[in-house]
Amino acid sequence: MSVIKKNAPGSNELLMGNEAIARGALEAGIQFAAAYPGNPSSEIIGTLAEVAEEMGIYVEWSVNEKVALEAATSASFSGLRAISAMKQNGVNVASDFILNLNLSGVGTGGLVLVAADDPGAISSTNEEDSRFIAKLGDLPLLEPATFQEAKDMTKWAFELSEAINSLVVVRSVSRISHARGNVILGELPREKRTARFDTSKIFIPVSAPLRHLALHMKLNKVREMYESSPFNWYSGPEKPELLMITSGSGWFYSLEAVKTLDVKDHVGILKVGTTWPLPSKLLAKHMANVKRVLFVEEVDPFMENNVKELAAEWSPEIGSWTFYGKNSGHVHPFGEINPDLIINAVSKVMDKPYAAREVGYGQKALEMTKALVPNRDLSFCAGCPHRATFWAIKSALKLDGRGGFVAGDIGCYSLGLGPAGFFQLKTMHAMGSGTGLATGFGQLHKFGFDQPVLSVCGDSTFFHAAIPALINGIYNQSNFVMVVLDNSATAMTGFQPHAGTGKTATGSPAPIVDIEKLCQALGIRVETCDPFNIQDTTEKVLDLITAEGGVRVLISRQKCALVKAKEEKAKYKVHVEPEKCLGESCGCARLCTRIFKCPGLIWNKEKGKSEVDEVLCTGCGVCADICPQSAIVRKEN
Amino acid sequence: MTLSKDPLNLIITGVGGQGNVLASQLIGRALVRESFYVTIGETYGATQRGGAVMSHLRISKESQFSPLIPEGQADIVVALEPVEALRVIGQYGNPSVSAVVNSRPIFPTAVTVGDAEYPSFQKIQETIRGLTRKSWFVDASEIALSLGSPLFTNIIMVGALAGTNLIPLTRKTFEEVIKETFAGAHLADNIKAFSKGVGLIK
Repeated sequence: MSVIKKNAPGSNELLMGNEAIARGALEAGIQFAAAYPGNPSSEIIGTLAEVAEEMGIYVEWSVNEKVALEAATSASFSGLRAISAMKQNGVNVASDFILNLNLSGVGTGGLVLVAADDPGAISSTNEEDSRFIAKLGDLPLLEPATFQEAKDMTKWAFELSEAINSLVVVRSVSRISHARGNVILGELPREKRTARFDTSKIFIPVSAPLRHLALHMKLNKVREMYESSPFNWYSGPEKPELLMITSGSGWFYSLEAVKTLDVKDHVGILKVGTTWPLPSKLLAKHMANVKRVLFVEEVDPFMENNVKELAAEWSPEIGSWTFYGKNSGHVHPFGEINPDLIINAVSKVMDKPYAAREVGYGQKALEMTKALVPNRDLSFCAGCPHRATFWAIKSALKLDGRGGFVAGDIGCYSLGLGPAGFFQLKTMHAMGSGTGLATGFGQLHKFGFDQPVLSVCGDSTFFHAAIPALINGIYNQSNFVMVVLDNSATAMTGFQPHAGTGKTATGSPAPIVDIEKLCQALGIRVETCDPFNIQDTTEKVLDLITAEGGVRVLISRQKCALVKAKEEKAKYKVHVEPEKCLGESCGCARLCTRIFKCPGLIWNKEKGKSEVDEVLCTGCGVCADICPQSAIVRKEN
Repeated sequence: MTLSKDPLNLIITGVGGQGNVLASQLIGRALVRESFYVTIGETYGATQRGGAVMSHLRISKESQFSPLIPEGQADIVVALEPVEALRVIGQYGNPSVSAVVNSRPIFPTAVTVGDAEYPSFQKIQETIRGLTRKSWFVDASEIALSLGSPLFTNIIMVGALAGTNLIPLTRKTFEEVIKETFAGAHLADNIKAFSKGVGLIK
């Protein structure tokens, strides 16, 4: 099924950007790939895992991004080409290793890090521009602008890495990684390297200042290579009125703007694929021809500010310029850019009016549709165990009455900060941060703090980053309850297996790292519960938060509803007995449909009663326990 | 076969779980087979949690286009769910847009819990007719159910799109791509679903 292993050079295929990157890695002959899942990067390693056995390569889901890159680096040190891929947050996690690896250099096997950014935070908690890691670490950076380039650049990145013995960063964005387009396949190599660590070599960052100097010399070499790179090109008149300098997905939008506004005789586009270090001679050559420059790039004004730095050195010999971009406000310095934004920016700079559509129609279309279209709010899936756990936490905190609260982190359960999780989550930052924060809150009793503190983290997050926080809490005798929301999957990113699931990335059996036993070995009180047993879970939460001092762990264990639906039959058949449901006159304020809000429950306005949607209901039976009239009935299937 | 416009902008819309991505990929792969440049942009994120989803397809003989269609620039809208057609036409419609719309609603949680209203199908039809050059309303979900599963809805809608002749692809090309995608009993079922979809357009 997978196109990326197709041995058909020259074949024209429709590939997702992430598949194109994976294909590029295969064409480069990688033998090792490691990552922690995170969108928009997940399909790079996910796709490689699917073809690993057949292609004779090793692919793993690592416990976190730092470990992933370290594991991949060992292959490079042993002469094999290796790749790691991560989202922007992952780059932050791996950054400590990256900023030592830059000084030590890589082995004889090329090493490439794909950093996939999520402008607009479509599937992220934060928005950031990971290109800064390249500048920070003096690492070569490449930015694909098309699907073909995603493949070709990834392939070339390994050659570059081996030519200069450095990690190379390929930066993608959602609109490349998660979009699809034409890719002409290249050849797949047959040769496989043998892994061996040369013990006459050492890989260390010391003497750091000297190595830092050497790194700058490497970058100068890269700059020279970049000056004539085929990943940079110019299209437009010889002396344009406006020069657009663009990278990544910005190139598509720049082309669209020039075409839409019909300004190709006046506006030139310099598309830069090699964005760190910048090819300064190439830039100077093109900028010598113009007075006005517009930058189009995703997230931060990275190229924009770096080009301005160069321009300051060139001026006044080469010229002076008016710059437009994120600093001038012509392009948003936040969120995702899109064709409309860039068309409007060029329209403004070139003083060429633009209307997306006939004004009368546009107004009519918006007015006529807006009133009719209901929102589709984010919610936990029908039968999601997180809804049940948050319900139990909410009930326990209310019974306790001391103003307790929950610190959380990243996962499906982040929705706990909104109505889906009854507004229980009060903090959300990095992976594992909820527990890290809890260790601090748990020390504040010395200063009058008397609220119970809970942290929540998912099972995959537990392994990723919560263990050090948990140990910190135990060592420093903090006072909090850690709730592990164990749904046996990395659900948010596409159900990838992890250390607790008993399966590897390539589907073979693996030892299960047991969260319960691990916590018990730390010598703390550990309880487990099934969140679908709402009463037992509520009682356990209440008991744990009222217990005196120390760190306590509750493992709330129930499979992700989406995974469960694929694997097993529903436990219960659930229905509402209409004569028992009192509707609005009950006094429960429509607890089931208005507050508990499982998508499997429907409010029938005409009848004034609640009903179960048999198509959506997954038969968890939890709602039967929350109805004060016992009108919701569950029967074992 | 030639395009009526270059690039031709197609939006497939629906609700997470209806098979938007598969539908856009089938159409995209069929077009690549016929040597078109195709770019597909998907709205990702919380697609499995009942959210509104959209796939943008840019089809060209000349070059690769960006994965996002500018506002007001859709040429064809295929909606697996009726209010999603309205949502998309409101933002991307123009006087010459065409729409193929499945009639079966999927109620948002806000509606099922009684916080919002879902418009009547008649009102949806009237509005879409008033904002499009041509529109077709089809009972794809009903046919899918009659074939044994609501999961066929997306393939039936791909068939309906093929039936409109709005995109430059023959039935044969579609069927070849379906054959590449499905195996065994699924293949026969999907070919049947596709063909039922084609038949919905008169």
